Amino acid sequence: MGRIPRQYLLRRLRIFILTIWASATLIWIIPRLAPGDPISAMVGQMSQAGGYVEGSEEIIEGFRARFGLDQPLPIQYLRYLLNLITLDFGYSIASFPTPVSQIIGQALPWTFGLLVLAMTITFLLGNALGALMIWTHTPHLIKVLIPLGMVFTSIPSILSGLFLLYIFAFILNWFPVQGAYALGIIPGLNLPFILSVIQHGTLPALAVILVNFGYWALGMRGMMITVQGEDYVQLARAKGLNPLYVLYRYMIRNAILPQITAFAITLGTLVSGQVLVEYIFGYQGMGKIIYDAILARDFAVIQGASFIVICMTAGAVMVVDLTYPLVDPRISHGGE
Amino acid sequence: MEQTSPVPVAAIESAPTLQKPKRVMGRFNRWDTPWLNTKLLSGLGILSAILLIGLIGPLIWDTSLALTRAAPRNLPPVGFTNWRGQEGVWEHPLGTDNNGRDMLAVLIVGAPNTFLIGFIAASVGIVIGTILGFCAGFIGGVVDDFIRLIADIVITIPVLMVLIVLQSAFKQIDIQTMALLIAAFAWPRATRQIRAQVLSMRESGYVRMAKLSGASTFDIMFKEMMPNLIPYLFASFIAGATGAILAAVGLETLGLGPQRIPTLGSTIYNAIRGTALSLNMWWWWGLPSLLLATMFIGLLLVNLGLDEISNPRLRQASKS
Repeated sequence: MGRIPRQYLLRRLRIFILTIWASATLIWIIPRLAPGDPISAMVGQMSQAGGYVEGSEEIIEGFRARFGLDQPLPIQYLRYLLNLITLDFGYSIASFPTPVSQIIGQALPWTFGLLVLAMTITFLLGNALGALMIWTHTPHLIKVLIPLGMVFTSIPSILSGLFLLYIFAFILNWFPVQGAYALGIIPGLNLPFILSVIQHGTLPALAVILVNFGYWALGMRGMMITVQGEDYVQLARAKGLNPLYVLYRYMIRNAILPQITAFAITLGTLVSGQVLVEYIFGYQGMGKIIYDAILARDFAVIQGASFIVICMTAGAVMVVDLTYPLVDPRISHGGE
Repeated sequence: MEQTSPVPVAAIESAPTLQKPKRVMGRFNRWDTPWLNTKLLSGLGILSAILLIGLIGPLIWDTSLALTRAAPRNLPPVGFTNWRGQEGVWEHPLGTDNNGRDMLAVLIVGAPNTFLIGFIAASVGIVIGTILGFCAGFIGGVVDDFIRLIADIVITIPVLMVLIVLQSAFKQIDIQTMALLIAAFAWPRATRQIRAQVLSMRESGYVRMAKLSGASTFDIMFKEMMPNLIPYLFASFIAGATGAILAAVGLETLGLGPQRIPTLGSTIYNAIRGTALSLNMWWWWGLPSLLLATMFIGLLLVNLGLDEISNPRLRQASKS
């Protein structure tokens, strides 16, 4: 087990913090480049929703003072950054007195649970299938079927989600159409709730797995080709070891390491891909929030939710990067 | 190609049942080049077929039918009936949506737009990536550190999230601007790849030879190194285009794409909002989805083919 060198850790942390800062700044600058200012737009929307707003001029002035929009830009920017650190994204415009952080807090566990589950299954399944593609003892039928299944790779998960939803929820009626659990079930640690969550989560998870496992299968296949020719694998075979044992102990364990790097790199597209799947299935995670916010033109929520998704991605990539030397003793982050 | 890498015992064992040992003697004629790769060619075939729909389509089909209220509403494709019992008519062979857009016209207009986004974003991304990658790999030092830092930062930011913020702030954005915005996030992967290749090539024999014989830096870059980078550049280009189309389709299905022109993604968005799924109007969301899926499969095949061209080991294994 290698230790993480301090210098590498510092460099990685620096990149993480810079990433968060850069995206936070982008998200702050963008609405300020757009025509009109956020408060007038907000009051405009309120009056659209509730008819005429009395004294809208005063409200605009009041809000401007309250949100500090009457102060110079650098101070606004600093205040914004300080608020971000305390996860304060302001108030939702569509459902006004609710703070954005509360809305996000309710959705985050759902996204997180689905994400971790779907990605773990994808990673395991993809690597297992990729290894089977090269293994000499794999039945011929499976070797033909795997590449066919890999045709789905790189199709966006929104599309696979739509097809799955149509086939399994509308035509076959096997799975529910919307939501993360059935209405009328009280959330908690009881059996009906857990079963309902599993039933509702299957299709969204499947949509992500179906279009992503091929990516890992491909990478694994490439690595297995390299490992297959190694002398120690030949020797293990010549010794007459059980082929399954050779496959696992000698081949997969050596081939899987670079896959972890690939995992870190694709995490970004995976997270945003899954957010879209949630919107297709009406799953009450971050994707649903973002979609609802887009429909309601609720900019504060869009901003906050996107920022959280960016943080999740950056954090996950960093964790994978840091654990890599722990998994592979050959990597020592040399040169640092 | 078989003899280029040592064939493992296992491959020989399984060989007789799986393949005829063709081309054992290696390259015989000019048709026997790695560029004539089945995957690459079938991928390119799929992509050009879709492109042809967009190019020839407007000549044989009236694309103004893609506008709203150009046709009767909710018609199914020919040979099917919708929930009202209406049958498909030949005037609108692929059916219409709930706003009276002809689906065939929508596909003809939408497909090239999707390609356009991928093409613009990937081209811009690859140009920036090549320049930065060469700079980082060739100059090294502080320049390398700086470029790597920026690339590391940008590569972790999910494009889609930033674009969602951007589109919801600006509302109206045309296809070209959208492509350029995506390109602003598409360059780091190309930069990394090119940099790694340049670093390994810089130490290789032929580059040293060129240096020793007094070739200029420009000559070394473009006459010695560039030709070897071409498969990688192509692969980067395809990967960039795939990513760009993915981001664009994601935005469009959220209803954030260009509003005035019909795109494949915005058609799916309209279908979801128009409850096409529960109305069983599969042609409304299914046809653009299928076209997009085919497009992605084509891009994947091209990418796999390019992988095999630049990595002979994969080529050998794909035959077993």
